[in-house]
Amino acid sequence: METTLVENLPQVTAAGVIIKAVLILAIISALAGFGTFIERKVLAFMQRRLGPMHVGPYGLLQIAADGIKLFTKEDIVPQHANAFIFKIAPIITAATAFIALAAVPVFPDFTVPEFIPLLGGTFVPSIASDLNIGVLFVLGMMAAGLYGPLLAGMAQANKWGILGAARTAVQFLSYEVVTGLSILAPIMIVGSLSFVDFNNYQTAGVGSWMIWQQPVAFVLFLIAGFAETNRTPFDLLEHEAEVVSGYATEYSGMRWGMFFIGEYANMITISVIAAIVFLGGYDAASTFGWLTIMLKIAFFFFLMLWVRAAWPHVRPDQLMWLCWKVLMPIALLNILITALVLLG
Amino acid sequence: MSLEQFKNRNVGTQNYTTLDVGTPPETGTDKFLQVIRRAVKGELFVGLWVVMRTMLQALFKNDMHTVKYPFEKLPISPRYRAIHDMLILLESGNYRCIGCGLCEKICISNCISMDTRYDENQRKEVSEYTINFGRCIFCGYCAEVCPELAIVHGPRYENASEQRAGFSLFEDMLTPIDKLNLQQEYDGFGAISPNADENIKQTPLAY
Ligand code: SF4
Ligand code: SF4
Repeated sequence: METTLVENLPQVTAAGVIIKAVLILAIISALAGFGTFIERKVLAFMQRRLGPMHVGPYGLLQIAADGIKLFTKEDIVPQHANAFIFKIAPIITAATAFIALAAVPVFPDFTVPEFIPLLGGTFVPSIASDLNIGVLFVLGMMAAGLYGPLLAGMAQANKWGILGAARTAVQFLSYEVVTGLSILAPIMIVGSLSFVDFNNYQTAGVGSWMIWQQPVAFVLFLIAGFAETNRTPFDLLEHEAEVVSGYATEYSGMRWGMFFIGEYANMITISVIAAIVFLGGYDAASTFGWLTIMLKIAFFFFLMLWVRAAWPHVRPDQLMWLCWKVLMPIALLNILITALVLLG
Repeated sequence: MSLEQFKNRNVGTQNYTTLDVGTPPETGTDKFLQVIRRAVKGELFVGLWVVMRTMLQALFKNDMHTVKYPFEKLPISPRYRAIHDMLILLESGNYRCIGCGLCEKICISNCISMDTRYDENQRKEVSEYTINFGRCIFCGYCAEVCPELAIVHGPRYENASEQRAGFSLFEDMLTPIDKLNLQQEYDGFGAISPNADENIKQTPLAY
């Protein structure tokens, strides 16, 4: 099924998709690094501190300093760990996070200027791969990301790692249900799983945003999104006060850094999904349409930091209670009511 | 609250207000209702607003609490006991120490060592005076015993050094003659600091 938007656009070639993939990798990993900086700054301001200040102007080069530190740190594999699984686990986290981004529209489309040799004139699409099951693919990929922390925790021969892995399985699997169910109601309304269709459904201004039709689904999705990206108040996987660093206890250097990049890429993905599905997405027609989605994504990203500064985190049993006894029934009810309204 | 009220330590005579915290829910329904009540009450949003307000104040009203330590320092109490200073007489510029040796005698960790001799006018002068800061426990006895208020505790508290034992010579501790106008008088060990009244605060119990 070709989506309608693609018809009046230039042909998407393999070269364009590859350029797009490289762009996503480069920009999102840079953004993930920048995200850590923003997080530290915002948390600092919310606690009346200055945050990183001394490396570069306003501490901006702190990211570079951290990157150099991560790259040059000794790469330790613990003695009794299963070395192979220990080594591939962070790659799973980072890879699935970026694969998920393949089906999400990030950054405007453009054509490579003619004066650049070889690639001149190549059309670079806004989505690396406009799947007609985009939503399903992204959610599935983020769910597959669960194997990163899970395998990491089990392979490292460390009790904190095991606890972190157990919490990963429990938390991600449970909240997978809520994410899926909460986003099902908007899918029923739009009748498509493609992000482009979601975007086109909401082009008639703020009033047509999905959040007005599905406020409950929006809140549920946001809550589940926080749990899926391992953010406060659901950061049980590596909560320092309880399980040292959870699944990442034995990791150091760039392997640990890959978990981090994966987590921040996931935060960006969740923000993008929330912005497209519930807040109207981008406006492909106008020049500054892409700016609006950037602002929405930035808002969701900021919300995650904001919540982290304000709220305490919950106990694992409370997390389960919330998921199975509160969120899931509400999600089911929401689907039921949506279905009745759609039928009636 | 006035200072007198605050200083009243007689248990039972103060007015305490007990907060109404209610009773914890017992049945499942009560627990569920409590969750609903708390969720609808918007306390979570109050929390969000509190940190947002703090951020806005920090950014736009300059209400930032960070002290960039090596570049900025917090003021310390005038009675802080750090590395010793040797004061000098304001009138003559001569050092105040008369070489009586009391500080050396009283020092409980035996870290002051001094020697004296007669100068050409048959007056006693200090020929050698060192304090071993590897041993000094900064008890302040030397400053307390000194009859001339010559040895006092200064405000220099950064005494990390590359060697375990650091020695300070008499000349190091002596007020430099060109900084004479900056020399701070010291009331003696046990004196209350000049800003003692401002430092009294009500214990923050009422949240
Ligand atoms: S402060 Fe105490 S330990 Fe240090 S030199 Fe004076 S008397 Fe000795
Ligand atoms: S007690 Fe005071 S006057 Fe006496 S030797 Fe020590 S510093 Fe000098």
